Amino acid sequence: MKEIYFRTGELTVGYNGKALIKDIEIKIEKGEILTLIGPNGSGKSTILKSITKHLKTIKGDSFIADASIGSMTYKELSKLVAVVLTDRIRPEMMTCRDVVATGRYPYTGSLGILTEEDELKVRESMEKVHAVEIADKDFAAISDGQKQRILLARAICQEPEIIVLDEPTSFLDIKHKLELLSILRSMAKEKGITVIMSLHEIDLAQKISDKIMCVNGDRIEHFGTPDEIFKDDIIKRLYGITKGVYNINFGSVELPKPEGEPHVFIISSCGRGIDLYRRFQKENIPFYAGILYSNDVDYVVAKSLASQVFEEKPFMHISDDVYEQAVTAMKSCDRVINAGVEIGESNKRIGDLLSVAENLGILETI
Amino acid sequence: MENMNLNRSDKLKRYARYNAVFLLLFAAFVLITVLNINSGSVNISVKEIARIIFLREGDEMSYSIIWKIRLPRIVTSALLGGGLALSGFLLQTFFGNPIAGPFVLGISSGAKLVVAITMIVLIQYVNSISAFAMVCAAFAGALISMGFVLLASRQVHQMSMLLVTGIMISYICSAITEFLITFAKDTDIVNLHNWSQGSFSGMDWDDVWMCFVIIMITFAATFMLAKPIGAYQLGESYAQSMGVNIKRFRVILILLSSLLAGCVTAFAGPISFVGIAVPHIVKIALKTAKPIVVIPATFIGGGVFCMFCDYIARTAFSPTELSISTVTAIFGAPIVIGMLLKKQQKY
Repeated sequence: MKEIYFRTGELTVGYNGKALIKDIEIKIEKGEILTLIGPNGSGKSTILKSITKHLKTIKGDSFIADASIGSMTYKELSKLVAVVLTDRIRPEMMTCRDVVATGRYPYTGSLGILTEEDELKVRESMEKVHAVEIADKDFAAISDGQKQRILLARAICQEPEIIVLDEPTSFLDIKHKLELLSILRSMAKEKGITVIMSLHEIDLAQKISDKIMCVNGDRIEHFGTPDEIFKDDIIKRLYGITKGVYNINFGSVELPKPEGEPHVFIISSCGRGIDLYRRFQKENIPFYAGILYSNDVDYVVAKSLASQVFEEKPFMHISDDVYEQAVTAMKSCDRVINAGVEIGESNKRIGDLLSVAENLGILETI
Repeated sequence: MENMNLNRSDKLKRYARYNAVFLLLFAAFVLITVLNINSGSVNISVKEIARIIFLREGDEMSYSIIWKIRLPRIVTSALLGGGLALSGFLLQTFFGNPIAGPFVLGISSGAKLVVAITMIVLIQYVNSISAFAMVCAAFAGALISMGFVLLASRQVHQMSMLLVTGIMISYICSAITEFLITFAKDTDIVNLHNWSQGSFSGMDWDDVWMCFVIIMITFAATFMLAKPIGAYQLGESYAQSMGVNIKRFRVILILLSSLLAGCVTAFAGPISFVGIAVPHIVKIALKTAKPIVVIPATFIGGGVFCMFCDYIARTAFSPTELSISTVTAIFGAPIVIGMLLKKQQKY
C-alpha cells in the first residue's frame, strides 16, 4: 500500500460563503492522475479552484504530504502546485518563451532575472511539450492547441509536485488532445508528478486516469478507479443521459437508435455492417441486425443502434430458436442487405437465411 | 545545439534593442533639456547659460531666470511627466487594459477636486498652503476617485464601460471644481484657474525637492514590483499560483498609482494622455512588455514627453503660454485613437 500524497479533509467548497459541494474526500498517491468528470456546471472548476487556494474553502482543507494548504503562504504553495487554467490569457507582447519563463517565478530573485539554469529549465519544459520551434513567436499569434501546450510548459517549468489542470483539452483537436494527455501521462509515471484535472471527454478520462471522481452539482457521486466508475448506469446517471448510449468497452457514445417498426434487415460480420448501421441511424430508419455472434464488432455497435439484434454465443451452431426468430423478422421486411459475411460450418444457417431472402426477392448484396 | 545558439543570438538582439532605446531616451532627454533652458521670453546666450549653471556667476537677472524659473520648471516637468507615465503603466497593469490611465479613469480629476476644496477652505485661515498639504489633499482625492472606479469595476466587467464610468467621474469632479471656482473669492480664482488647467510654471526649489522625493520613492517601489507585475500580466489567477499575494499586491498598486497621480495633480494640475501614450510607445519601441525594462523606460519617456510638451506650450505662441494638457492632448490623443483602432482590428 503506497502512501497517500494528496488528500482533502471534510472539504466543503462553494462561492461567497455558500456551500455548493459538501464532504469531498480525495485521496491519491504520488504520480497518480485524478480526473474529475461530470456535466457542465457541476462544480469541477470550483473544486479545482478550492484545492489550489484560488477560492476560499467553506469548510475543511486539502493536504499535500500532510501539510495543510490552507496554512501555507502562496509562495510556499507555488513550489508545490502549478496550474493550467481555463482563463484565456492575453498577454501583451510576450513571446512563448516569456510566458513559459514566468513559471520560474518562485525561484528567481527579487527582480525576477533568469539565471542560466532557469533558462535551461525553460528550454527543457518547452522540449517536453514539443514547442521549441514556436519559442520566439508572439503568444497572442499562436493557435489554441499551441497555447495550451505553452501553458503546460509554463506549469512544468514551475517544477511542481502537483499539476492542476482545468479542462486542458477544450478547444483542442483530437491530435492535440492525445498529445497533451500523453505528455501528462509520461510526466506522472516518469517524474512522479501528481496530476489533478477535469475533463469533458469521458472516454479519454477512462483511459488516462488512475482515479476518477464523478462530480454532480451538489455532491460527489463516486470516487474510485476507472474500472469501478465506468459502468453504463453510473455514467448515464451522472450525465443524465436518457437518449443515446455510452459504450463502456469502446468508451464511445452513440446517438439514440431510430424508433419504429423496422423494414430493413442487415446481415453482416466482422465490422462490415457498422457503416451501414450508422447510415440508417442517421437517416432515422429502424433496422434489424443479425444473426451476429456476441463477440463480433458489429454486435457491439448493433446493440446500440439496431431495433433488435439476433444473436448467438460465439463459436456455437446457430440455434433453431434464433434462426426462426430471424426468419420471421425478415419476412416483415422490404429489404435484406448482405454487407458481407463468411459462412463456415457453425454459422451455415446464415446461408439459409440468405436463400430465404433471395427467394423472397428482397436480397441486396453490397 | 542550433536552437541554443539561436536562443543566444535572439537574446543579444533583444539586449541591443533595449540599449538602443535607452540611449535614444537619454539623448532626447539631454537635447530637450538644453532646448528648454535655452528658450524663453528673455534671450540668454548659450555661453551665458553655461556660465550661470556651471560657474554660478553672471548677470543677475539672467541668473535668476535660469535658476529660479527655467531650471525648476524643467526638473519638475521631467519628474512629474515620469510619474504620470508610471501611474498610467500601473493602472494599465491593474486593470489589464492598455487604455487605462489616471486621467481617463477620473483619478486626476478627483485629486483636482479635493485640492480645490482644500485651497478654498484653507486659504481663509492661513495665508499660503504648503506643497505638502496640497500633495496630501491630491492623494486623498485620487484615492477617493479610485475607490469609485473600483466600486464600478465590481459591477461592470466590460472595460469600455469602466472607462465610461471613469470619464463620468471625471466630469462630475470637474463640474464641482468649476462650481467652486465660480464662487470662490477673487484672489483665489486666478491661482486656482491657472492650476486647474495644468501647468508646470511657478515651481520653486522646495516644490522640486518634494516632487523629487515622492516621485523617486514611488519609482523605486514600482521598480521593485517589476517581478510581480510581470506575473500579473498573465492574469490574477496565474499570478497567485506563482506565489504573488494578490490582495496585498493590488493594494500596493492602487496606493502607488494614486500617489503618483495625486502628486502630479497637486503640482501641475490634471494632465491628459501622458499616462496612456507613453507606456504604449515605450512598449512598441522595446518590443516587449517586460516590466523590468518598461518601468524605467516609461519613467524616462514620460519625463522627455512632458518636457517636450512643455517646450511647445511655452514657445509655440510665445509670449502666450498654452496649458500643458492642450499640448499633451494634441500629441497623445492620436496615439490613443490609433491604439483603439488597432485593438478593434485584432479582436
